[in-house]
Amino acid sequence: MSYEELMDYDEVMESYDPALGLEVHVELNTHSKMFCSCSTQFGAEPNTQTCPTCLGLPGSLPVVNAKAIESAIRIGLALNCSISTWCRFARKNYFYPDMTKNFQTSQYDEPICFDGQVEVEVDGQPFIIPIERAHMEEDAGKSQHMGGTTGRIQGADYSLMDYNRAGVPLIEIVTKPIMATGPQAPAVARAYVGFLRDMIRALGVSDVRMEQGSLRCDANVSLMPKGSTTLGTRTETKNVNSLRSIEKALRFEICRQGAILSSGGQVVQETRHWHEDGAYTSAGRSKEEAEDYRYFPEPDLVPIAPSREWVEELRATIPEPPAVHIAGLNKTWGFSDLEMRDVVNAEAVDLIHATVEAGASPQAARKWWMTELLRRANAESISLEDLPISGEHVAEVQRLIDSGLISDKIARQVIEAVLAGEGSPTQIVEDRGLTLVSDSVTLQKAVDDVIEANPDIAQKIREGKDQATGALIGQVMKQMSGQADAAKVREMIIASLAS
Amino acid sequence: MTSLIHATAAELADLLSTGVVSSEEVTRAHLDQIADVDGEVHAYLYVDSDRALDTARQVDRKRQQGEQLGRLAGVPVGLKDAFTYMGAPTTCGSKILEGWYPPYNATVTQKLIDADMIILGKTNMDEFAMGSSTENSAYGPTCNPWDLHRIPGGSGGGSAAALASFQAPLTIGSDTGGSIRQPAAVTGTVGVKPTYGAASRYGLVAMASSLDQPGPCARNVMDAALLHEVICGHDPKDSTSINAEVPNVVAAAATKDVRGLKIGIVKELGGEGYEPEVLARFREAIDLLANAGAEIHEVSCPHFPAALGAYYLIMPSEVSSNLARFDAMRYGLRVGDDGSTSTEQVMRTTRGAGFGAEVKRRIILGTYALSSGYYDAYYGSAQKVRTLIIRDFTQAFETVDVLMSPTSPTTAFTIGERANDPIAMYKADLCTIPTNLAGNAAMSIPAGLGDNSMPVGVQIMAPPQGDDRLYRVGGALEALLQDKWGGPLLGTLAKEAR
Amino acid sequence: MTLTNADVARLADLARLDLTPEELSVMAGQLDVILDAVASVSEVAGDDVPPSSHALDLTNVFRVDEVHQSLSPEAALKMAPAVEDGRFRVPRILGE
Repeated sequence: MSYEELMDYDEVMESYDPALGLEVHVELNTHSKMFCSCSTQFGAEPNTQTCPTCLGLPGSLPVVNAKAIESAIRIGLALNCSISTWCRFARKNYFYPDMTKNFQTSQYDEPICFDGQVEVEVDGQPFIIPIERAHMEEDAGKSQHMGGTTGRIQGADYSLMDYNRAGVPLIEIVTKPIMATGPQAPAVARAYVGFLRDMIRALGVSDVRMEQGSLRCDANVSLMPKGSTTLGTRTETKNVNSLRSIEKALRFEICRQGAILSSGGQVVQETRHWHEDGAYTSAGRSKEEAEDYRYFPEPDLVPIAPSREWVEELRATIPEPPAVHIAGLNKTWGFSDLEMRDVVNAEAVDLIHATVEAGASPQAARKWWMTELLRRANAESISLEDLPISGEHVAEVQRLIDSGLISDKIARQVIEAVLAGEGSPTQIVEDRGLTLVSDSVTLQKAVDDVIEANPDIAQKIREGKDQATGALIGQVMKQMSGQADAAKVREMIIASLAS
Repeated sequence: MTSLIHATAAELADLLSTGVVSSEEVTRAHLDQIADVDGEVHAYLYVDSDRALDTARQVDRKRQQGEQLGRLAGVPVGLKDAFTYMGAPTTCGSKILEGWYPPYNATVTQKLIDADMIILGKTNMDEFAMGSSTENSAYGPTCNPWDLHRIPGGSGGGSAAALASFQAPLTIGSDTGGSIRQPAAVTGTVGVKPTYGAASRYGLVAMASSLDQPGPCARNVMDAALLHEVICGHDPKDSTSINAEVPNVVAAAATKDVRGLKIGIVKELGGEGYEPEVLARFREAIDLLANAGAEIHEVSCPHFPAALGAYYLIMPSEVSSNLARFDAMRYGLRVGDDGSTSTEQVMRTTRGAGFGAEVKRRIILGTYALSSGYYDAYYGSAQKVRTLIIRDFTQAFETVDVLMSPTSPTTAFTIGERANDPIAMYKADLCTIPTNLAGNAAMSIPAGLGDNSMPVGVQIMAPPQGDDRLYRVGGALEALLQDKWGGPLLGTLAKEAR
Repeated sequence: MTLTNADVARLADLARLDLTPEELSVMAGQLDVILDAVASVSEVAGDDVPPSSHALDLTNVFRVDEVHQSLSPEAALKMAPAVEDGRFRVPRILGE
């Protein structure tokens, strides 16, 4: 729960302009860590992926993973950044038990990628996102807080450290202040992070799973009075781990800051934490107590000087920007502009693409993802891709329908079961015995029975009133407990009455 | 035949390869000597007797079976306690690492093992290699075998004293500002700081990463060359390791010819603050080389006087960061954890209790030099001075092949004499520090005794990757001096012992 | 340059180092002397001199992205002051 005063969003927008800043951490999907040869596999048993280097043991030394540098440069190129000709790692010194050396090997004033920009679209309107830098660093270990009540750090008795994640390569992408978005600010932020996710996925350098923490976003926002050009005091909201939370958290912060400013108060420059459950932010560390990180060039590593030939080689591997990619896809899909915009807004492009790739028609793929599945996702407040169902599953369901094995109605049951984790569609249909009765003797018997029992309706159909067929189909389906193909039943009824 | 403990490593290698003695006998002789004298000298922090003897017997067996073994196979060696060696504790002379058994071997350690050398134990050192006297060891000081009331130099006083008291024919050191060379000078032994990047730092507990360099310690130049050859070479685990052939130092040590060689005397390393006897021995050494056909030039390295100041900013800065990892969380000492205290407090208490005064001083100094608002004036300026020192060397080596100077301004001082005067202590490294800042190679060899009958060392400096030049000049000068003395300087100590 | 006890206390705090009041004042005095001795460093080099963080002239030292054997969890945890459930046990963290 938030106990803070909030101002109506539209009212804030009447008096203030928001300025955004986004820091996105992307965990690279290299096989080994940034500075040692331990595996980066997610979900392993605690402390099974550590060595002297990532444990920070005395005497150990780092050696840079070439693939991580390559991935960093490719991300930079995709963000239209300049690639440094010579840069170094630096040590960021601070004590924290999840940091085995009590310094993070990062980059400071010499990032490998700098000065880029990308364009995103919100409701058909383009926005330029200026990129300050993309630099390399290493992830920290994971702590679990024990005792106390909630597993939270406050009130815990002690903590348990797992260093499997320590040293996993990260790219931190930092924007310059994003101005002049007006009321669209939260949507622009969401669109930008969505863009990063899609682009980085297309590059194949990260799994970009927000829920697993392989893409993490810190969102800065400040307000300035309309007409002013001086940036206001900003807050940095951490722990925003889904696209929709980015939008919600920023909206919340804008309403909170608006309430403070309009009542003559001052925004405190601080870190804030987003609480997904209550949809509010709360104050964290105040920046006044900010640590002095004592950055200096990492003496255990030598500088990185990517040759221009290498950079050009990598540039040739950069896939087209997502917008171009989407336009390309829609050439074969043939959705209307409005349909396509809905698909993009629902972040269903890749899912539909996967479904089509797995054999479904574009229209069928769109139908499933944009109706049934979108409804489910919205009901659970999660994004479509977080539903436990894949494009292959959806295509399989559609294939079962197309081959007459199940009806549309049963297909919905099958989808439910897939979402409940019961297995693949084919398996579910078999396990539950949902296959349509395709045995025509049984089906013909039911049709004959229903015609005999409803002579009046049968007569109407004979006289050409096609819409009356529905009533008979309904009864046949009822007799068959739904396990019949309605289209086939219709054919049989018409055939029986025509003879 | 000299006794086994007084033999050189090269002699031992020959005795072993011809089957005259076994490695077990050689090892046992050294372990006996350790048992006899180390109570007084305190060169070792840990003696690995059982494993040393086991390994010696294995090497003897390999030899009997006709296996091709390396030149130093079966020869004992002492390892500075800053290098990890599985199965033995690595403490770096600090309480904070008391009882720490590392789960991996340093590359240098592994190379000794792969060369079938016999690691006798871990030698004493100033805590985390910070000091010039070995008085900063948390486990008590090492004494100079020439005079037990005097310091053996530091930080590698244990490695140097072990050689001078015949408790090992060879030892390994690490040199950040002179920690191999200054102890060599004050104990009458030979110490080499190879070119930065020549020997791997992997598994050497870091003091100042951009300055640290492992190197060989011995009683004569040829022995040092043989050990140099074993421990140097490219290591993919150390990003700062040089990927090139190791210069042929063994051949260079055997040359003993300096005709036509250009030797530069560094004008700035001498004069005020230097003991007259130190300067006299240095001058005599230069005269010998001149008589043997070397060309002597005086060269100026105008920025050397700023080297000590730059060093005392760069080194503590790196120290403050490198030693942050000793925080009581994953290994080592933990103090003050009573179940209610916080991690933050336990870190503070442990570090306060586990580090000695000199280490704390350097951590605070480094924290200051890197802190916001002071970085440019201190760390930044020091890095610029480093550039100037590198340029001084580059310029000097355009006209001469090697540079020479005294190794340390004074002979060994008495234990306790400089304990409360950090600046006086720091000045012991005045002549050795410039090579660490510039990354080039340097050697100290004995040049005789001062009027207090304590050894004096001279330093030879070569450009990066020119390590062989050290051995050529060092080998020649050693031969000239020994002709004059009628044998090795340490011979007098050996005779006294017998 | 004069460092007060309070300055040293702040630095000790940054460095997570408990110092006794005696240690603090002794150190403040010693650091003054040391800083005096090194102060001239800032006057030696002009603006045109680039800094050297390293004597080495090496760049681009990389490792192939391959997974090698990690330590066993037993070896990783063996030297830990406290262990629980395959993890390093640390006292409660004040944190942010």
